[in-house]
Amino acid sequence: MIQVDNLTKDYGTKLAVDSISFDVHSGEVLGFLGPNGAGKSTTMKMLTCFLAPTAGTARVGGHDVLEQSLAVRNMVGYLPEDTPLYHDLTTLEMLEFVSSVRGVDNASRDDRLRRIAAVCGLNDVLGQPVGELSKGFRQRVGLAQAMIHDPPILILDEPTSGLDPNQIVEIRELIKKIGEEKTVILSTHILPEVQATCGRVIIINEGKLVADGSPDELAGRDAANTYRVLVEGAEAKAVKEKLEAVAGVSRVTASEGENGASGFVVAGDADQDLRRDLFACVRDNDWVLLEMQRHRASLEDVFRKLTRE
Amino acid sequence: MGNTLTIYKRELGTYFNSPVAYIVITVFLVVIGYMFFSQAFLVGEATMRDMFGLAPLLFTFFAPAITMRLMAEEKRSGTIELLITMPVRDWEVVLGKFFAGLSVLLVAIALTFAYPLTLSTMGDLDWGTVAGGYLGLVLLSGAYIAIGLMTSSWTQNQVVAYIVAWLITFALFIGGKLLPLMPQAIAPFVEYLSLDLHFNNIAKGVIDTRDLIYYLTLIGACLLVSVQSLDSRRWR
Repeated sequence: MIQVDNLTKDYGTKLAVDSISFDVHSGEVLGFLGPNGAGKSTTMKMLTCFLAPTAGTARVGGHDVLEQSLAVRNMVGYLPEDTPLYHDLTTLEMLEFVSSVRGVDNASRDDRLRRIAAVCGLNDVLGQPVGELSKGFRQRVGLAQAMIHDPPILILDEPTSGLDPNQIVEIRELIKKIGEEKTVILSTHILPEVQATCGRVIIINEGKLVADGSPDELAGRDAANTYRVLVEGAEAKAVKEKLEAVAGVSRVTASEGENGASGFVVAGDADQDLRRDLFACVRDNDWVLLEMQRHRASLEDVFRKLTRE
Repeated sequence: MGNTLTIYKRELGTYFNSPVAYIVITVFLVVIGYMFFSQAFLVGEATMRDMFGLAPLLFTFFAPAITMRLMAEEKRSGTIELLITMPVRDWEVVLGKFFAGLSVLLVAIALTFAYPLTLSTMGDLDWGTVAGGYLGLVLLSGAYIAIGLMTSSWTQNQVVAYIVAWLITFALFIGGKLLPLMPQAIAPFVEYLSLDLHFNNIAKGVIDTRDLIYYLTLIGACLLVSVQSLDSRRWR
């Protein structure tokens, strides 16, 4: 559906996007992840034909963003960063304006408007000027205008920024629902959002693509499992030695203990569950296991590792 | 063309939803009214010459006030991104906005019809020169609005857009007045560029193709620059 090939944007003072390549398949919900200023918005602006790439190509639905920009813009629904809207228009006028420019034909327009207003929960604010709406409602108007013409591709730049937790959940549900039949690219720097909504994640840092895969793949990749254990009954040093001897353990570091008990963080291979072996080790030595908790590497760990270099 | 109309309607709606249009039109009518009645009653002459004579100068203040927000506001609020990532052509955006701005000024001009009508009941008015004067005003408005739209497309600051538009229109106006002070080499060139001169020809009732071409070229050039400046973000 979308092919991006060595896409580059040089603002002159800053190389915002540095030869990024990726494909998005039909029906995928792709999360665009990266710290602020990583080049997420710039990439989306190029995909929606707002900015021209300095080098490289991008094809959306088979159309080149430079050569066939009208065709691309026809296929894409776009929610720009910070949700710019005409504040003097009412919600209904705003949606009517967009559907008119988007060429939604007159016969189906009213029907379409009513359906999209219902989906986005806008029925109560149709007569209110957009400028007087709360941030959450404005965000929904932004989503509604992006979907009004039923585009096969949706590009959403930080769709949940500035929303309260309840609204965030609502918008995520909405995006998930849309994603069942459409191709969606959304950018965010909120990690749980990606895990909740996206089938695939791309992480960009300083304009470069640093990771590409499903959230689980990325979380599992090269990140070791760690276990926190709290053991009672022996000197910390002795326990540490025995734990290090367990097969599959790569590193044991002492951590917070309790009175009489010593704590450790045990690191092991990702593809192996060491909990049974650790328990066996403690039992064989007649110590007492007070606590054990497995900590799987999360997307957050991967993100921090990849973007803090 | 449908998009031009949609954008035109939205812009016009914005003008008349906000105080901008009403303020500009009111101030315009007050100033013109004063000029007009002082001529009619103090001098006691049934002519619109003074009103038409002042228009090229007055419009340098009014037209930029109408046009300054056209592009600059969209750039500042970011709605430009929303607008041009929709399947519209740049020229459709520019034309829609141009005609919306022009319409506001034309409404103001249409409201001054009351003056010649009043005048014709009191004296012998030469309708030929009045018609010529109004045609001149329409062309002049087109030129000023196009210049204002162009400067608005250069910046996201409305004040900057206003001042630059005023400078350009005022330079085109004053150029014709300063001809005697110009060196021989550039005088004919400046004379051709001068808005005032072409306006005076038409306002006298002399409709010369050269004057029409002058206005249409000026409008076309400014609109073309606006389209280019809108497109410039896509330059590599």
